[in-house]
Amino acid sequence: MSGIQSTSGPGFFTSSIGKKYVVGLMAIGITLFALTHMLGNMLLFVSPKAYNIYSHTLISNPAIVAIELVLLAIFLVHVAFTIWTTIENKAARGNRKFLTTKGAKSVSWSSTTMFYHGVVIFFFVAWHLKTFKYGTNYDVTYNGVLMRDIHRLLVEVFQSPFYVWSYVFCVVFLGYHLNHGVQSVFQTLGFNHPKYSPAIRKLGVAYAVVVAVGFILQPLYVYFFMKQ
Amino acid sequence: MSKAKTINLTLKVWRQNGSSGIGHFETHQAKDISTDMSFLEMFDVINQQIIKLGGDPIAFDHDCREGICGMCSMTINGNPHGPDRETATCQLHMRRFEDGETLVVEPFRARAFPVQKDLVVDRSGLDRIIAAGGFVSVSTGNARDANGIPVPKLDSDLAFDAASCIGCGACVAACKNASAMLFTGAKVSHLALLPQGAVEKDRRVLKMVAQMDKEQFGSCSNTGACEAACPKGITLENMARMNRQYLAASVTSR
Ligand code: SF4
Ligand code: FES
Repeated sequence: MSGIQSTSGPGFFTSSIGKKYVVGLMAIGITLFALTHMLGNMLLFVSPKAYNIYSHTLISNPAIVAIELVLLAIFLVHVAFTIWTTIENKAARGNRKFLTTKGAKSVSWSSTTMFYHGVVIFFFVAWHLKTFKYGTNYDVTYNGVLMRDIHRLLVEVFQSPFYVWSYVFCVVFLGYHLNHGVQSVFQTLGFNHPKYSPAIRKLGVAYAVVVAVGFILQPLYVYFFMKQ
Repeated sequence: MSKAKTINLTLKVWRQNGSSGIGHFETHQAKDISTDMSFLEMFDVINQQIIKLGGDPIAFDHDCREGICGMCSMTINGNPHGPDRETATCQLHMRRFEDGETLVVEPFRARAFPVQKDLVVDRSGLDRIIAAGGFVSVSTGNARDANGIPVPKLDSDLAFDAASCIGCGACVAACKNASAMLFTGAKVSHLALLPQGAVEKDRRVLKMVAQMDKEQFGSCSNTGACEAACPKGITLENMARMNRQYLAASVTSR
């Protein structure tokens, strides 16, 4: 009796399911980062001082460069693996006139357009880093400690309606991305059970709405209520 | 029943001669189609007309015509197996359509499903995935006692649900990535859920996924189009089971 022969198939990371795992695991990191970033931003509603001290505490941490590099790696691996699978998947489709099913067999818009919001988010993040992380360095001193006045830069940037509305637009896309992404990660990692899946889907929607609305509040608040 | 007994439809059907040929849509008028006909019976009627006029009938796959063989692959207005959930094309009836409608009928499209002629595609890639590990190795000999190995009712129900996949390929045709993961998930699950199949579950999932990748199906992005298109109601739960078994088998394989 021979049975199913044991195999040394393609490596885990180049297999279709392995790639899904990589994309999903990286997504967990980015998703949690997005939430903490949004929550940190909420200090804007406390005071400029709280906002600046929080920012100072983060960037004066000796491990910050290592943490940033890990984050960047997570982000880039997520991007690289999705580009890789998207190219393969497009080829796998063959000569297809339609891309999505309709009516009773239709699926959510956000699930079929992940790559496109992904592209928007990618360029948004690059632009965002350039504006803030690598933007003008204003100084402020609290209790004798000299630190960066990121609050001032932020208020300045969000006076521009172009910046504010572009920001809102991109964050809406981030929301769509999370809407499918959060529940999708559970499915990819193998969590799907009739007892929990309805709650997981709701969690995905709630997570997306909370993060997106949280991020959007900040520029809108500055634009409408902190006129310079 | 206020609906008319017969309807007239315009069909735009994909015609293609052989896998290397260049296909095109051909328009046919389907007149006086009884609403009690199945979709395939409508094709029979149209083919009769074509044959009488000396033309080349439209090739389409079918066998059982009762929703169990998985042969009747066609995409109707963008939906594999037509507009209704959990309904194979052979079980789709013309009363589902309105008089005067135009229907675009295409083969199941994917690189891994080359068109053989018109609506007929080669889905043997799915067979090769099964051949790679979708079986239970048993010694030959006398039939075993049916109740020799106890199987809890719930497990047998879940296994049966997964086993109801008819291998039609609609999941691949519906998927924007042409992924066969719902199919493979169903085949992996129905054996792994039973004690007879569980012993080989690690090797099975590795083998079947390797074959699936070799056939160049795409990789799933969890849109759920497969689940919506599946005539047998195979759920994404089966795919999640395959994913976690694949991870477990990969990290523990030696
Ligand atoms: S999973 Fe459903 S759609 Fe896919 S091959 Fe099986 S029966 Fe057909
Ligand atoms: S012809 Fe057998 S399932 Fe439709």
